[in-house]
Amino acid sequence: MDNKKEFNQAEAEKVYNILNLGPTHPATHGIFQNILKMDGEIIVEAEPTIGYIHRAFEKLAEHRPYNQITPITDRLNYCSSPINNLGWHMTVEKLIGCEVPKRAQYLRVIIMELARIADHIICTTIIGQDTGATTGFLYFFQMREKIYEIYEEICGARLTTNIGRIGGMERDFSPVAIAKLDKFMQEFPEYLKEFQKLIERNRIFMDRTIDCGPISGERALAYGFTGPNLRAAGVDYDVRVANPYSSYEDFDFKIPIGQNGDTYDRFMVRIQEMWESVGIIRQALDKMPTGPFHADVPDFYLPPKEEVYSKMEALIYHFKIVMGETAIPKGEVYHSVEGGNGELGFYLISDGGRTPYRLHFRRPCFIYYQAYPEMITNGLLSDAILTMSSLNVIAGELDA
Amino acid sequence: MSDLLTTVADKLKEKFGPAFISAEMDYDFPVFTLEKSVLYETLSFLKSEPELNFNFLTTIAGIHYPDMKEKEFCITYHLHNLFLNHRIRLKFYMPESDMKVPSITHIWPTANWMERQEYDFFGFNFTGHPDLRRILNMDEMNYFPLRKQYPLEDGSRDDKNDKQFGR
Repeated sequence: MDNKKEFNQAEAEKVYNILNLGPTHPATHGIFQNILKMDGEIIVEAEPTIGYIHRAFEKLAEHRPYNQITPITDRLNYCSSPINNLGWHMTVEKLIGCEVPKRAQYLRVIIMELARIADHIICTTIIGQDTGATTGFLYFFQMREKIYEIYEEICGARLTTNIGRIGGMERDFSPVAIAKLDKFMQEFPEYLKEFQKLIERNRIFMDRTIDCGPISGERALAYGFTGPNLRAAGVDYDVRVANPYSSYEDFDFKIPIGQNGDTYDRFMVRIQEMWESVGIIRQALDKMPTGPFHADVPDFYLPPKEEVYSKMEALIYHFKIVMGETAIPKGEVYHSVEGGNGELGFYLISDGGRTPYRLHFRRPCFIYYQAYPEMITNGLLSDAILTMSSLNVIAGELDA
Repeated sequence: MSDLLTTVADKLKEKFGPAFISAEMDYDFPVFTLEKSVLYETLSFLKSEPELNFNFLTTIAGIHYPDMKEKEFCITYHLHNLFLNHRIRLKFYMPESDMKVPSITHIWPTANWMERQEYDFFGFNFTGHPDLRRILNMDEMNYFPLRKQYPLEDGSRDDKNDKQFGR
C-alpha cells in the first residue's frame, strides 16, 4: 500500500520498539517466534526463530523399519495426515516397484481429498477468526468433525491417522463409512456455500484481507512456494496435474488460481479448491472400480488381523514385516504429492537394510515460511498475524 | 525421460568437460554427478540456459557415507523445470576434510533455509551464505546429528546405546 510510506518517514534518532511475538502467542496458532522491530504499529524488521518442536524425524527415520515410519509422517502436517501417510506409502511402493490396484487408488484419492478439505477448512476458518468472524470458525468446523468421523470409520483414528498400508489400503470402506461419506457429500456443499456467503463478499473481511501480505508470482517461485499459496500468486503448479499419482489423471478438475498473492486470494483459492475436491470425490465414488483393495505383496503388506490373532504363519509374517525383516531393493527415489500446503516430497535412499539409509522430507511449510519476514515488513502488526494464518504454517511440518 | 537425460548430459559435458562425472537414470529421475568445484556454475547454468530452464529449486539434501573414502559427504539438489515439467537430481561428492560448498542463495533465495538445515544436520560449510546458523537444533549443540557416527539419542553422551533399534 502506498499510503504506508508516510508513516515511515523517520527522522534521525528514531527509537524502535522490539516486540517478541511468540513463541506461545494465542494469535499465532502454533509455536512460532518472531522478533519484530516496530515503528509504532509498522513492522520494520522481522526475525523468525523456528525449531521449537523439532523432533529429529530425519534421524529417527534412519532407525525405523519402513512400516514404522508411517506414524512419523502423521506428525508432519497433522491437519491433513492421511496425505502424508499415503505419500509415504507411495514412495515405498515406487521403491519396491509395486503396482497398486485401481480400487485402492480411488479409495486413496477419496481419503486424500477429504484430508485436503479438512486442511482448507482449518485455514479458511482461521483467516475468518483472525479478522473477527468467529461465527465461520464455530459453524464450519463442524464439517471437519464429520471428516474425522469418516476417518474413524476407515482406520479407527482421527487426527494422527496412520491410514493405509504399503501396497494398498488396510481394509475396504465399510457400508457405514460409505453411508457417512454420502451424508457428508450431501451436507458439505450447503455448509460451504453458507460459509462463503457469510465471509467472501463481506465488506470488513475484504477491506482487511485485500492487499494484506502480498507476494508476486516471481518472488513466490524464487522462495520455493508450492500449493495454494503459489497458486494464489498466479502460478498454476499442482503436483496432482504435473506428476499425477494414484490415478489423479482419471479425474476432471480445475486448478483455481489467484492474481495478487494476497491474503484474500489465498483464502479464495482454498475455497475454490474445496469445491474441486468435492467434485473429485463425487467422480471417484461414481467411477469406483471393483476388485481388491491392496496389491499382492505379501513381503510388505501386513496380513489381515483375524489371521494374525489365530494363525501362526500370519503372526510370524506380521512380526517380520513390522520389524523390517524383508528384502528391500537398493535405490533412491523421490516422490512428491500435493499436500494441503504444497509439494510434500519424500527423498528416500535405501541401501537394502531394514531401515532407510537416509530419508529427507521436503516440507512445504518449512520452505515457504522463510518468505514471511519479507511479506510482513512495512505492514501492520495485525496484518502480520493474518498473513501467517493465511499461509497456513503448521508447526509440525515446519520443524519436522 | 531418457531424452532429457541425454540432452542435459550433453549440455553439461559440453560446458564443463572433465568436471562432468556421470549421468544415469535412477527410477524416474535423471541423476547427474559433477565435481564439487563447478557446483555454483552448474546450478546457475542450468537455471539460466534457455533450453534447459530449470527455474525451480525443489529441495537440497545432504547424505553421509562414512565408508566411502574421500567421498564421505554428498549434497544433492532437486531441480524442476516448471514449464516442461522436467525434474533432475544433481549430486556433488566431497571429502570430510573439505566441506566447503558455495551457497546458491543468490540464484534461489529459497536455498537460504534449506542450506541452513543441511548445515545444522551435517555441517556443510556454505560459503557466501548470508546467515549460516543452526536452524532447527539449539545453538549450543556441539555436533552435527545426522552424521552416521552419532546415535539416535543425544550424541554428546556415551552412556546410552540404542542397539535395540537396529543399525
